[in-house]
Amino acid sequence: MSTTIFAEFLINTLSLGSLYALISLGLVFVYGIMQLVNFAYGEFITVSCYTLYMLGAFTDLPWPLVFLCAILTGVLIGYLSELVAFRPFRGRSLDALLVTSFAISVILQHVFQLAISPRSKAVPLPEFFNYNVELFGVVTPLRSYIIIVTTVILLIGFTFLMRKTVLGVAMRAASENFVAARLMGVPANLVISTAFIISGLLAGIVAIFWSARAGTVEPLMGGAPLLVGFIAVVIGGMHSIPGSVVGGFVYAVIANVLALALPTTMLSFRDAIMFAIVILFLVLKPEGLIRGSYQEERVG
Amino acid sequence: MARKTRAAGSYAGIRGILKGKGSTPLLLCVLLVVISAFIWWLNIPFIEDIFTVSTITLVMVLGFQLFMGNSGILNWSYVGYVGIGAFASAILSLAPQVKALQIPVMYPFLIDLNLPLPLALLGGALVAAFVAALIAWPLMRLSDAVGAITQFALLIVINVLLAQWQQVTNGPRTFTLGGTRLITLWPALGVALVIIIAVFLFKESSLGLRLRASRDDKHAANSSGINVIAVRYFGYVISAAIGGLAGGLYSHYILSITASSFYMGELFLLLSMAVIGGSMSVSGAFFGTVLVVLCQQGLRQLELIMTRGGFEVSGTTEIVVAVLMIVFLVFKPNGISGGGELSLTTLKKRFGFRRTKTLDSKTPNDKEVAEP
Repeated sequence: MSTTIFAEFLINTLSLGSLYALISLGLVFVYGIMQLVNFAYGEFITVSCYTLYMLGAFTDLPWPLVFLCAILTGVLIGYLSELVAFRPFRGRSLDALLVTSFAISVILQHVFQLAISPRSKAVPLPEFFNYNVELFGVVTPLRSYIIIVTTVILLIGFTFLMRKTVLGVAMRAASENFVAARLMGVPANLVISTAFIISGLLAGIVAIFWSARAGTVEPLMGGAPLLVGFIAVVIGGMHSIPGSVVGGFVYAVIANVLALALPTTMLSFRDAIMFAIVILFLVLKPEGLIRGSYQEERVG
Repeated sequence: MARKTRAAGSYAGIRGILKGKGSTPLLLCVLLVVISAFIWWLNIPFIEDIFTVSTITLVMVLGFQLFMGNSGILNWSYVGYVGIGAFASAILSLAPQVKALQIPVMYPFLIDLNLPLPLALLGGALVAAFVAALIAWPLMRLSDAVGAITQFALLIVINVLLAQWQQVTNGPRTFTLGGTRLITLWPALGVALVIIIAVFLFKESSLGLRLRASRDDKHAANSSGINVIAVRYFGYVISAAIGGLAGGLYSHYILSITASSFYMGELFLLLSMAVIGGSMSVSGAFFGTVLVVLCQQGLRQLELIMTRGGFEVSGTTEIVVAVLMIVFLVFKPNGISGGGELSLTTLKKRFGFRRTKTLDSKTPNDKEVAEP
């Protein structure tokens, strides 16, 4: 009996952790290179969710094509936002960038409200997502396994990209020391655009699984995944790509353990506890669980 | 500093104030009083309401600017302190039997509290400042991206507590104050005037000067003997106190509050006002508030007209203000004010009016002392 519970906890945590790892990966790619915490990242996910909703509800396109379109929308919005809004701030203060990303997030939220609807819409998803599978005596929907497999494939892909390709090496160099990398001939525009494109790609993939969990899409839904990404990135290490993956899984473990351990009256305070942990990490261990190469500057 | 005090001391009376930096708060106060007198004379309740809320918002923006402008740290958690002040002052001022009826689960010692409105407002400010004083010290070590994320995380913690702590804030449900509205145009105006002067005095004070030095170069400031963490800490606590005061005004004006009124939406508005006006100066906060409020109200009327015409439109305000903010950040990063203060000297430079010329020729050595 207890092994079943343990297996259930394990599978649940693994699938949740995979989702969270993808979310925080999308944030950390941009953060590593620009030191920008992209507040609009949640809205990238929302855009892809709306694409899923539009194509799924109003057209007869086959599922792979719908998913592809949703991911491409994520890529497109990531690339466009960099081109239109973030590029003018190259070399300016971080706060200006941060405020801009916040403003973009507000703009997108209200555009969704105006153009689509302030109310939540049900996202249609393929039936095989919800097929129940029994493994080790645990019954879970198939999508739990799909996301684990997807995450593993993506992680292998990104590892290959970052280690073996010129682009990946350039990106790692840029995230270590942007100025020095530029002096060595790394094109800034290419590296930054790639970071945003990867971020958008991940947002698109996250959107598929997030809307499968939530079932609906609404203009303000981007906030939740953004906060998840924040926590995971800070816990794992803000300057390390493996760190953000670890952070995603650690967050899933903490969240599930809190959900089991907290008394029901305290459950509504879970977010407060999670963010208190974030603050503690930032103050006491700002490099996170896995130390990246970059050192944060602090006073005192 | 000593040199500056002496120079200021040698000005005679009002003329002296007009000549020096003191003309900034004076001009802003006069402007605000003139506008309020005009609105009071108009005697249209709808416009008076808008103006009162805007005055309260101005107090919020001033408190926001006090820390963000002088320390250069994006203070996301500020609206959290506004919320703390709003709830604290509401709990302090509300009659015990009303509280017991509305929130039966409230802690008994909170139910017993009952203070007159002015004391309750001060109490709200003190509670906000106390919370800030308790937690802020370690956070003040962080700046830039990490500092901003920390403040953001803190805002979420405060918001969750306000939204879920049923024994204090009535949880996610609305907290209704009821009764007659005591915060009207004149009390709000009075507080705003005091805060304009206070924020300006802070900026020019020794503490404000040290804080600004740490903003411009924290290492240089540190090596010239400024305790950067300490000056940031005191700036942060004072800012939280003003936020708490503004929150109290707000809750006693609006008369029913929920935690969600003190979250991202409100933060975005405050931020846009500070950024569009120019977060480095008090005048910037003032004119940013004026511009954003005008923009907001104009668009709201437009939305109403369009809705009556059959198109249901809402949310254009946020889109326009957000776009405006990005445009300002790109083309005029220091906002309308350009980082400077409105004063008779700058007005004269800009528009070249000659009224104060006699003052100029009379006291040749009273040139504005350059900041050390």
